[in-house]
Amino acid sequence: MHFLLKLAWSDARASRGRLLLTALAVVAGVAALAATGSLGRNISAAIDDQARALLGADMVIEARAAPDAKVDALLARLGGEQSREITFASMLAVPGPDGKAVKSRLITVRAVEPSYPFYGAVESAPATAREQLADNNSVLVEETLLKQFGLAPGSVVRLGQKNFQVAGALQKLPGESAAVAMLSPRVLVSRAGLEGTGLLGAGSLVRYRTHLKFSAATDVDALDAREKDSMRSLRLRADTVSERKRELGKAMENVSGFLRLTGLVALLLGAVGVASAMQALVQRKLATVAVLRCLGAGAGLGLGVFLVQGIAVGVLGSVAGALTGAGLQAALAALIRDFMPVETANFAVRWWEIARAGAIGVALTTLCTLVPLLAVRRVSPLAVLRAVEPVSGRRDPWRWAAGAALAALMLGLTVTLSGNSRQGAAFAGALAAAGGALVLVARGLMAATRRSAQMETMRALPFSLRQGLANLHRPGNRTARLVVALGLGAFLLLTLAFSRSALLGQLQFAGANDRPNLLFFDVQDDQVDLLREKLTALGAAPRAEAPIVTMRLAKLKGRTVEALMQDPQAGVPGWTLRREYRSSYRSAPAETERVIAGNWVEKWDATAGEGVPISVEEGLAKDLRIGLGDELDWDVQGVPVRSRVASLRKVDWQRMSPNFFVLFPTGVLEGAPKFHVLAARAEDKELNARVQREVVTAFGNISVLDLGLIIESLDGVFAKAELAVRFIALFTLATGVVVLAGALAAGREQRMREAVLLRTLGASAAQVRVALITELTALGLLAGGAGAVLALGGGAAVAIYVFETAPVLPWTSMAATMATVTVLTVVTGLLTQRGVATRPPLEVLRAEG
Amino acid sequence: MTPASPILEVNHVSRTYPTAAGPLTVLREASFALAAGESLALVGPSGSGKTTLLGLCAGLDQPTTGTVTLAGRVLAGLDEDARARVRNETTGFVFQNFQLIPSLTALENVLVPLELRGLRGADARRQAEASAKALLERVGLGARLDHYPVQLSGGEQQRVALARAFVTDPSILFCDEPTGNLDGATAALVTELIFGLNREKGTTLVLVTHDAELAKRCGRVLRLRGGEIVTAVN
Repeated sequence: MHFLLKLAWSDARASRGRLLLTALAVVAGVAALAATGSLGRNISAAIDDQARALLGADMVIEARAAPDAKVDALLARLGGEQSREITFASMLAVPGPDGKAVKSRLITVRAVEPSYPFYGAVESAPATAREQLADNNSVLVEETLLKQFGLAPGSVVRLGQKNFQVAGALQKLPGESAAVAMLSPRVLVSRAGLEGTGLLGAGSLVRYRTHLKFSAATDVDALDAREKDSMRSLRLRADTVSERKRELGKAMENVSGFLRLTGLVALLLGAVGVASAMQALVQRKLATVAVLRCLGAGAGLGLGVFLVQGIAVGVLGSVAGALTGAGLQAALAALIRDFMPVETANFAVRWWEIARAGAIGVALTTLCTLVPLLAVRRVSPLAVLRAVEPVSGRRDPWRWAAGAALAALMLGLTVTLSGNSRQGAAFAGALAAAGGALVLVARGLMAATRRSAQMETMRALPFSLRQGLANLHRPGNRTARLVVALGLGAFLLLTLAFSRSALLGQLQFAGANDRPNLLFFDVQDDQVDLLREKLTALGAAPRAEAPIVTMRLAKLKGRTVEALMQDPQAGVPGWTLRREYRSSYRSAPAETERVIAGNWVEKWDATAGEGVPISVEEGLAKDLRIGLGDELDWDVQGVPVRSRVASLRKVDWQRMSPNFFVLFPTGVLEGAPKFHVLAARAEDKELNARVQREVVTAFGNISVLDLGLIIESLDGVFAKAELAVRFIALFTLATGVVVLAGALAAGREQRMREAVLLRTLGASAAQVRVALITELTALGLLAGGAGAVLALGGGAAVAIYVFETAPVLPWTSMAATMATVTVLTVVTGLLTQRGVATRPPLEVLRAEG
Repeated sequence: MTPASPILEVNHVSRTYPTAAGPLTVLREASFALAAGESLALVGPSGSGKTTLLGLCAGLDQPTTGTVTLAGRVLAGLDEDARARVRNETTGFVFQNFQLIPSLTALENVLVPLELRGLRGADARRQAEASAKALLERVGLGARLDHYPVQLSGGEQQRVALARAFVTDPSILFCDEPTGNLDGATAALVTELIFGLNREKGTTLVLVTHDAELAKRCGRVLRLRGGEIVTAVN
């Protein structure tokens, strides 16, 4: 054993630089794993520690309708301290000197009582600003919106018909992440302050919340379970601390699981790099092993010597990686802070996670090293006399066993790290598929290069260029290995870009080609004509309009909704039964929908018999398990209405137009309380802003949904999310570069010999350099191209199956990624091969001696 | 250059290397001239400076003092790229360890010196390939054009190296222990090829060898010891 270690040490001394480079390949992967692991542990701990502050209460009950006597009775029965809140969408306007709106934007109004929240705090700047809300004339405005509109404490804003003074910037509400606010900025106001705005109860997207605080002795979950049925029948939704913890924990586990798995890709790539470096080492050391065998060493000695080196490399890289990861955690936490509902400031380094990442690094490197090293056992002592290749390991059962152990370890790791066996297995499968696909793409591209070399145009290229290109497919090339190493990083980065383009492309498409890009809602009966006139006068005449009548489902095919909800066999999703339906009526289908079954009924003929002929959207019909002729009973704000399905429709939901699940014919709902939605198109940004300003000034209660703003906001959210994932994906690319450097360094001697020989035969330094740069550029383009081809498949799948839209190619990202990969390859290659082109040719003779 | 002028002229050439223990002179005051078509053997014990002298003659290295004139060009004033051009245009090399590029086939290896000159147009390429193939036929490897070095025996690799050396019709051929790594029969075959091609093409030959029989076949012999030319045999 002592001799083995001594031999391993002496042998390693000779190739210290190369072994250190190999160790570097593991650093980035372990660092990513350590950072994401520690972060995940911190998030879980924060969710536990800050649980009550995440909800702001022990229980929150939410309703879509203003609490009636029955709800009040239930709330009284629940007891405890209670605090009411109303939240709804509205427009925030900044009035000019003439009272007209100068700027406006759709926001979420949060009208709360002074006791909100019971736990945690409303964070604002200045910190005491919240206290000013008590005057009922002040508001806290989302910090980002304040900046966007150039407002400051003391500025005046308008909600509905009432002006408020800005008390300060709203920074954080308990349990809400900043990303939520990016889509719809929040404005906090006292509940009593809403009086005089004209907005109370008029909006369509209103939520009524009651925050409850119980005594420490109360078993909140038991209380929730006890009242579950009555809350369900009253269409109330209760949220408790343990439920919020469960939901958040699950969501956060998904996020950190995803980040950890991305880190694992980097580590796996690094381990593959180590394996490939060890294989190159073994190839170089075959003669040494043969001499040792010849002198009487057992088969295990050679294996032991290199295995000790491999393990040392793994330990060194893993320790360095784990420590780097511990330092990187803070950077990663800062990147995802906006998506975190918990406070990230006090996150500490979780050493257990750091150690675990290090151990995973060592285990994975050891197994990856073992697979190529097992061939050393089969080196024949005959190799001292003549060149004999070691016996192929394909039939070596030990090699198979090591391979199987490696696969099992990988599967175990993905399952453990993702926290979900199905997802983990799927990830492992997808990873194997991506790796396999990259190898195939690399081989295909190599074959194409080989074939194109025979083409007359290629043969006409200068020798250096042809030499560089031919090196990609000549014997001993490392093309496939390098394409996989770099391509995987490119693939991860590009898939994100593809997904982003698909999502945004879908939205942009929705507003393209003369389609509406502004939606006005909460328009009252008496405002429809006025608004239409106003829009027409402004040059943005409405393209579509529809009345909206809210209703609930009372019976489905004769069975009450309550009975269906109690019956697990019914198989009807709860949301379809509980939801408040916003239905409309029209005499003909809109251009965004078409009837796919039954007949459209234009007008209801009350004399024709019972059951109003309605049209149902095909997806909802499937969920409700209904077909043509089935009966549905509605509760239209207290009035029972029986209907039957006369037609089914397919709806293009992606268009910004008033679309509905359920449509009634004319002649039924005209008398019901309702509001209207109008869709219009403003051709340019200026008109768009003007229309919004004018409408908000003239009609304080009308809200405007601006497609351009939605795209912008989503783009912002996506960009932030992408940054965090890209940060981890960069580890993969960094590992790819280290693997590239390692592989190129391993081939440096061979390349040097070739260059010296070419110089002896008359090649200039420039010719050798051009050949090298050509090869590296082609390699970078191949790797980037392979990653792009793969990402194209992944991105198209995401676009088609997740976003259900046509794939959009992010050409800029593709070009940027390919350029980055190419530049990285060329720079790394030139650094590892420096001196190759200028080595004096005399060395060819020295090598002779 | 007139027919009578020497193709290689070495004047008071010395080569000193700096070492940790101080400067080390491996070649001292070597002078000789070689006319076109002549053959010269450099012999002597290991470390006598034979290989250093060969490298200096071929422009693979620069002398510390003295001058080397190859094919009418004084090498001292040329930078490495210019010397590379001279080598490509005038010389051929055969090494003890064959020195083929392992990633190229036999044919590709032979074509390298022509490729480095820059083959312009399809005709030039076809012509170059034809010459390379003819030479490989000539050394008996017409059926092994697409084989990689690793697929060839030592003798076969050396024959590919010979074909490569002659493909540019060099004025002068430098050989460093060309049979040192070959068995007797193969060495004899390679020797015949070297001298045969030398005769056919009228090439000048400079050969480093330990093999007395091989040295005897050369028109002139220079014996070196301790970095100095001790005997010149004509």
